[in-house]
Amino acid sequence: MERHLDEELSKLKTNLLKMATLVEEAIHKSIDALKKRDKDLANKVIEEDQRIDELEIEIEEEIIELLALFQPMAIDLRFITTGMHINAELERIADLTVNISQRVLEVADQPLLKPLIDIPKLASQAKTMVHNSIDSFVKRDEDMAKKVILSDNESNKLRTLIIKELINDYMVKDGTTAPRAVPLLLVARDLERICDHASAIAEDVIYMIQAKMVKHHRERLQKE
Amino acid sequence: MNVLLKDEELKSTEFTENNIKVCVEDFNFYYDTVQALKEINLKIRENTVVGIIGPSGCGKSTFLRCFNRMNDTISNIRYEGNIAIDGNNIFDKDLDVVDLRKNVGMVFQKSNPFPKSIFENVAYGLKINGIKDKGFITERVEKSLKDSALWEEVKDRLHKSAFALSGGQQQRLCIARALAIEPEVLLLDEPASALDPIATAKIEELIHELKKKYTIVIVTHNMQQAARVSDYTAFFMLGELIEFDVTNKIFTNPSNKITEDYVTGRFG
Repeated sequence: MERHLDEELSKLKTNLLKMATLVEEAIHKSIDALKKRDKDLANKVIEEDQRIDELEIEIEEEIIELLALFQPMAIDLRFITTGMHINAELERIADLTVNISQRVLEVADQPLLKPLIDIPKLASQAKTMVHNSIDSFVKRDEDMAKKVILSDNESNKLRTLIIKELINDYMVKDGTTAPRAVPLLLVARDLERICDHASAIAEDVIYMIQAKMVKHHRERLQKE
Repeated sequence: MNVLLKDEELKSTEFTENNIKVCVEDFNFYYDTVQALKEINLKIRENTVVGIIGPSGCGKSTFLRCFNRMNDTISNIRYEGNIAIDGNNIFDKDLDVVDLRKNVGMVFQKSNPFPKSIFENVAYGLKINGIKDKGFITERVEKSLKDSALWEEVKDRLHKSAFALSGGQQQRLCIARALAIEPEVLLLDEPASALDPIATAKIEELIHELKKKYTIVIVTHNMQQAARVSDYTAFFMLGELIEFDVTNKIFTNPSNKITEDYVTGRFG
């Protein structure tokens, strides 16, 4: 039986996908801006964040209305609460792309400290994790969600590697490199945080599918 | 045990022998040739509220009416299996049905006060049980009205007709009447379905209070109500107990697909 609620849930899903698309674009553009040292593109990311903020509020209001009017149960309830978390996580990811773009503005007029190799690698990992976490939500694919969560270790390692390299190979050896090294260090930290948010989305997806909390209990995933 | 169970204690339906109030085993019930309940097995824990949900005609009211043998008044009924309260089979030949009904109080969908005063309604059960001590009766009436959260509203007009009360008050009066003879189990058959939201909220609050002293079984069509008031929920369908679990589980992650379809409103 097609319910009125199903129509509303489908609208919610569409809006979340719209949000996810905007956020994925923001990640892509902010890293592109860093690679090309393109201040215009960085400014564009900062400006476009407003649209993401508005959409976040729109979705949140939609969810509150769904909870109040339909008093959903079981899978409907889990879908809606997961949607609410994903919405918040996506908005935070967008904020991190704003941070990255602000770092771009700081370094754009100076020569690059070093060729960017690991940062684009981490960025690509962040993009993949966000994309797959959303895909696991859409397809209700538990295995895909698990893979996202388990891949977070690699992003942690990569971030640590980038930071150590910037500190030991540049800042320690030559203190004057700090103004160019610190923004890159912060970008690495922000990218790794994006990966954390993608993992959090994947954890919510597992809750939605299995009603099993893996948040703060990743060992529960590895046991299986 | 006069304390509310903590959340962590309510996580399972694996009960210990000493806290089971009602035990239903391999229970079948027939209206003539029609089987209304099929192989029901269920344990109800002391001082908890069990909500019974399911579509119309699923057997939930029939099931409720088994606990105090109200169905005995219908001709051509038949049952198999056992229902035990405190370990005693309620279908035992030596059991006095009147005693059973004193122990298992019942409140119906439509409030049914007697055409008497508020006081007399509550005192009725005591008087027909031969209690004549006026002081005792007065005390028990007050206590029952307080337990049913009606005392403050009626204490100045105890000798006025019960019909002068609002629907919600009449329903609480019926609960007070049931409580006056100090039952251990309270059966509520859609007690709030004819009431407005405020009166419903009062009944729900009352149920929450009453479970400290009584074991309560409530049949309700309102799933949100079952979710709010009950510790455990039983889902019935076509005479079968499809799923019985902790209420939180039934409404967030039911084990059975049919339960899920019902609680999410896909049918029923």
